[in-house]
Amino acid sequence: MMPLLKVENLQVSFPWKNKSVKAVDGVSFDVPHKKIIALVGESGSGKSVTALSVMGLIAYEGGKIEGGEIIFDGQEILRMKEKRLSKIRGKDVAMIYQDPMASLNPGISVGDQIRESLLIHKIASRKESKQIALNLMREVGIPDADQRYGSLPASFSGGMRQRIMIAMAISCRPKLLIADEPTTALDVSLQADIMNTLQELKNKIGMSILLITHDLGLVAQHADNVVVMYCGKVMEESPVDKLFEEPLHPYTIGLMNCIPRIDVTQDQLFYIPGCVPSIYDYPMGCRFHNRCSKVKPICREKMPKLINLNDDRKVRCWLYQ
Amino acid sequence: MNEIVKVVNLKKYFEIYDVKSKEKKYVKAVDGISFTINVGETLGLVGESGSGKTTTGKMILNLMKPTSGDIFLEGKSIKNLNKKEMRSLRKDIQVVFQNPYAALDPKMTIRDILIEPLSIHKIVSKYEYNNEVKRLLNMVGLSEKDMNKFPYEFSGGQRQRIGIAKAIAVKPKFIICDEPVSALDVSVQSQILNLLCELQRDLKISYLFIAHGLSVIRHVSDKVAIMYLGNIVEYGDAKSVFDYGAHPYTKALISSAPIPDPKRKNNGIILKGEVPSPINIPEGCPFHPRCKDAIEICKNKKPFLRKIKEDHMAACHLI
Repeated sequence: MMPLLKVENLQVSFPWKNKSVKAVDGVSFDVPHKKIIALVGESGSGKSVTALSVMGLIAYEGGKIEGGEIIFDGQEILRMKEKRLSKIRGKDVAMIYQDPMASLNPGISVGDQIRESLLIHKIASRKESKQIALNLMREVGIPDADQRYGSLPASFSGGMRQRIMIAMAISCRPKLLIADEPTTALDVSLQADIMNTLQELKNKIGMSILLITHDLGLVAQHADNVVVMYCGKVMEESPVDKLFEEPLHPYTIGLMNCIPRIDVTQDQLFYIPGCVPSIYDYPMGCRFHNRCSKVKPICREKMPKLINLNDDRKVRCWLYQ
Repeated sequence: MNEIVKVVNLKKYFEIYDVKSKEKKYVKAVDGISFTINVGETLGLVGESGSGKTTTGKMILNLMKPTSGDIFLEGKSIKNLNKKEMRSLRKDIQVVFQNPYAALDPKMTIRDILIEPLSIHKIVSKYEYNNEVKRLLNMVGLSEKDMNKFPYEFSGGQRQRIGIAKAIAVKPKFIICDEPVSALDVSVQSQILNLLCELQRDLKISYLFIAHGLSVIRHVSDKVAIMYLGNIVEYGDAKSVFDYGAHPYTKALISSAPIPDPKRKNNGIILKGEVPSPINIPEGCPFHPRCKDAIEICKNKKPFLRKIKEDHMAACHLI
């Protein structure tokens, strides 16, 4: 069966001083139906750029698609005309962002914002849409939906605003929900609740979720498959249980070791030496080689390929080639 | 006594004017907290937004006057200090901020940034500035070649190292770390945490470590104070609090932190509802509207911190 979303050799560049820099360099992965796929990476790894490309929004951020394909539900997104794209965007693919306050219009009531895409995509009439919006508010766990329908975003707390964003995103029952760091800006005690709401909605609607995050704890608890990105490249791809059982790429191993654990006491934290290289001067060869503990001479010269180890695991490292 | 900082019944109320009811109201940001920090020790202060942890930090730094209560540095109250005493207090207490991008002057070179505290507090003579700057940079793991660079030339982690170098330049006794790693990448966070721990070992500095990430707090702290709506709800030895958390809020916080292991699913006690506004703190126990174990007394009477075992206190009627 064709996956819901297929990203194939995606390349996105941004202009810089008469030249261009590649933020995403040959990224490929699949999002199967009704699964949660996590894109994990640090700042500059290209995870948000990938997400915006899937939404067909990267041109608005100044990015340029250099090559590759994004096939969503059998349709090629990258070369689609804006008019057709806007029929999919918000309806079949929806997105929630990290900072709900920055993404909601402060001057429009939350109810009207929730029903906006229902009206745009002509799914419901004005009358029906109000009822649907109220149901959506209840569905995502906003208490007193009837009274709060006309309130402005400012009168909601951070967690409630995130719920409003989720209600907006799922209003047209999308097939794919892109969640870009959905809990990073929230308090610890709310994060678990929001993630559970997303899980429940996913099962109810039967959508897939592309979860973009840097939090491996969140990944372990919620994702089915994981794509680890570093400096615009996919370093490792694996089902979640196998990844945590036996991470293959030295970067993944490093990332896992350097999270302080709440369930065990450690004397000293493991760390990856150095810092993420800047996009303007990526090192030659493997982009991780100057921070890698298992570096070999060939790592400094040639970029390894992303190879299939067995059916479901892929890794980009000379140790396995 | 080897106490370095002692906070006694500290309160901070902000006055606001409610336009609707035409009344004065108070935001009870910090509502009577007490703790002590010993020499060379770290107290981890955990709380969600609005719990008053940053306000507490500001009051210890003397950037904000407490409504009531007192703060002692090495047994001396920091209230009513004259200008000279104030200056020496500023030297003894330093701060490392959350956002290293905003905390460094973009127009100054690293050398100038580090010389500024040295000259204000007359730590070394003018002729030794260069050597001292080199020494500081080496201590935080940067190279002396970086001296003449500007902050924008560094990555986030390196900038935080500069922020730390600036804080330790004046040889402080006590540093307040206000979310020092939450703006950094995961792979860099542990470098900075290790650096802070090393410096503590070598220089015998005490830390007040403010954070909302529990796993980070567990790693760095000797003692932990869990704050909720301006109150400390649990306080004690870090290991004891994390392993035998007694307050329902602590338990919920600990169990809701995602564990990076797919086989151990969070059996999370999920907190319902939101943190109430500090203008209308609920009667009785401030946590009772969200507490699943709440009983009648929780609604009427505010619980106080009680000793539940050696080095471990909690404020809950049910314990």
